[in-house]
Amino acid sequence: MSFVPGQPVTAVVERIEIQKLRQGENLILGFSIGGGIDQDPGQNPFSEDKSDKGIYVTRISPKGPADLAGLKIGDKIMQVNGWDMTMVTHDQAHKKLTKKKEDVVRLLVTRKSLEEAVKQSKGSYPKH
Amino acid sequence: MDTESTYSGYSYYSGRSRGSHRHGERSRDRHKSRSKDSRSEKSVTINTPPAEPLLGDTAVRGEQVQDDNWGETTTAVTGTSEHSLSQEDIVRITKDLEDSVGLDCRRYFTRTLAIILGLLVFLTPLAFLVLPHILWPDKLQSCGTACEGLFISVAFKLLILLLAVWALFFRPARAGLPRVYVFRALLAVLVLLFVISYWLFYGVRILDSQDENYQGIVQYAVSLVDALLFIHYLAIVLLELRQLQPCYSVCVTRSTDGETRHYNLGQLSIQRAALAIIEHYYCDFPVHNPALLSASKSRAAKHLAGLKVYNVDGPGNNAAAGIAHSQSRAMIAAAARRRDTSHNELYYEEAEHERRVRKRRARLVVAVEEAFTHIKRMQEEEQKKAPGDVMDPREAAQAIFPSMARALQKYLRTTKQQHCHSMESIQQHLAFCITNNMTPKAFLESYLTPGPTVQYSRDFWRARQWTLISEASVTNGLKDGTIFLLKCVDFSLVVTSKKIPYIQMSEEYIDPKSHKFVLRLQSETSV
Repeated sequence: MSFVPGQPVTAVVERIEIQKLRQGENLILGFSIGGGIDQDPGQNPFSEDKSDKGIYVTRISPKGPADLAGLKIGDKIMQVNGWDMTMVTHDQAHKKLTKKKEDVVRLLVTRKSLEEAVKQSKGSYPKH
Repeated sequence: MDTESTYSGYSYYSGRSRGSHRHGERSRDRHKSRSKDSRSEKSVTINTPPAEPLLGDTAVRGEQVQDDNWGETTTAVTGTSEHSLSQEDIVRITKDLEDSVGLDCRRYFTRTLAIILGLLVFLTPLAFLVLPHILWPDKLQSCGTACEGLFISVAFKLLILLLAVWALFFRPARAGLPRVYVFRALLAVLVLLFVISYWLFYGVRILDSQDENYQGIVQYAVSLVDALLFIHYLAIVLLELRQLQPCYSVCVTRSTDGETRHYNLGQLSIQRAALAIIEHYYCDFPVHNPALLSASKSRAAKHLAGLKVYNVDGPGNNAAAGIAHSQSRAMIAAAARRRDTSHNELYYEEAEHERRVRKRRARLVVAVEEAFTHIKRMQEEEQKKAPGDVMDPREAAQAIFPSMARALQKYLRTTKQQHCHSMESIQQHLAFCITNNMTPKAFLESYLTPGPTVQYSRDFWRARQWTLISEASVTNGLKDGTIFLLKCVDFSLVVTSKKIPYIQMSEEYIDPKSHKFVLRLQSETSV
């Protein structure tokens, strides 16, 4: 999941749609994010490449909207409602996720297990 | 609002010191004060209420109660006529005051009082010691060693007292204040009472009964001298130490051009605060230049001259106050409605003036630099030059002055400073700069920026007579919100005081071991 500067990033992503839950006067999604281009990537426990400055899911509230939608801890978020999340600061990512006017967020997330699943499925079909 | 303190006519001046043996100083001061030219010392005097009002208000009102044709034949009231009337008034009054003899008498009165008190104080212990020997020498016990030791202590303590009094009180007076200096008067009264009570005791218990115990008498004299030293300590604390700690911040503004300075003063009476402020004024404020104010006066005159006010109803119908009120309101309303382009003129005029000044200044700097290159200091090995070529600083200054004179004069004229510097003073300054190896820039510094009043020649100081105008009594202490005026011939200084606030400070202890740091982990925010 690292990137080479100048080359397009390719990843196998899963589309996850989360409905925001109203709690008091806030709309919450039920997970926490970490990372960003202004943060220290070496501290990220979930990334494979310790120079990856993307946004990762660090915690999921059990039975929250994110949990119910299928988000897993350690996922890297690539897009939120069409906005790119691979080259943003932590604050910008937070803002894109917590827009008051949006009730639903559509995320594109990637994780290691997805890559492997694709590899396996590729490998099981012999090419002819 | 402008009540002036008029009590000083009946109180005596105590601006002088109390002390003894001041004959030398006395003759010097007499010489100074006898001269009719009182310019050698400042004095703060009371402004007696003039016979005519300072501003011609009633004069204006008086003109309104005239025939109907008055409005047609005169133009509106301008500002300048009122000014000239009031200035002449004040100058006339100050001249009268200068010629009065009453001031000198008061000063000598206090001085003689101080000398008498000082002599009394110093001779009393000696008298206590000597009188028993004169009056009853045969009955007196002989003085033992302890007693003679006390003689030495009396002698040295008197010497110390003499030196201390000389240090504290034998200083040339800085000014004549309108009222009694309260602390000094109190101290003088205290000393007098003290000495009188000692004499009473001495007279009753020792002289009348002709006490034989000489040692006791000597100890009594020693106690007197000790107590006098303590009173001197009290004098130091009251007169010198108490006002050192800053308590009030005073803001001093010059009324004509708005120059403002702020000073910190301690707890002083209003007259002493005024004296301190005047001394600061001479050192800090740039010199007062009346030529710079003519522009705003002419603008003000133009504002008023543009409108004519006619009294159509005729005089005598309304009260005088009502007429003035409605007139001024009509003028203000008309002025507000009129389309005024004077701001435009002011802007362009100031820009033009600025440009002119800078141009003249550039020419001046070049001329002076060129002039300075014509002379150089003669080195030792050039002694063989003919004596005709060798000049002393004054001659050197006179030699190079003509080449820069014109540029300098033009510059001074443009900045309206030409009356501050005479030809003689410029040449003297030039000689001074040449002697001290100063650069042309250093020479020009005193002409490019207006310096404090003290730096100009004596006859330019103009105001030596200051008048203190205050609503509160001038011997009251400074308080928060005290306002008073210091008026002199050309302008006045408006002084307001504010108390420095009480500061409540608390402490916070930081353990040096508590300075610890960690690396910032990835921040995690929940959404």
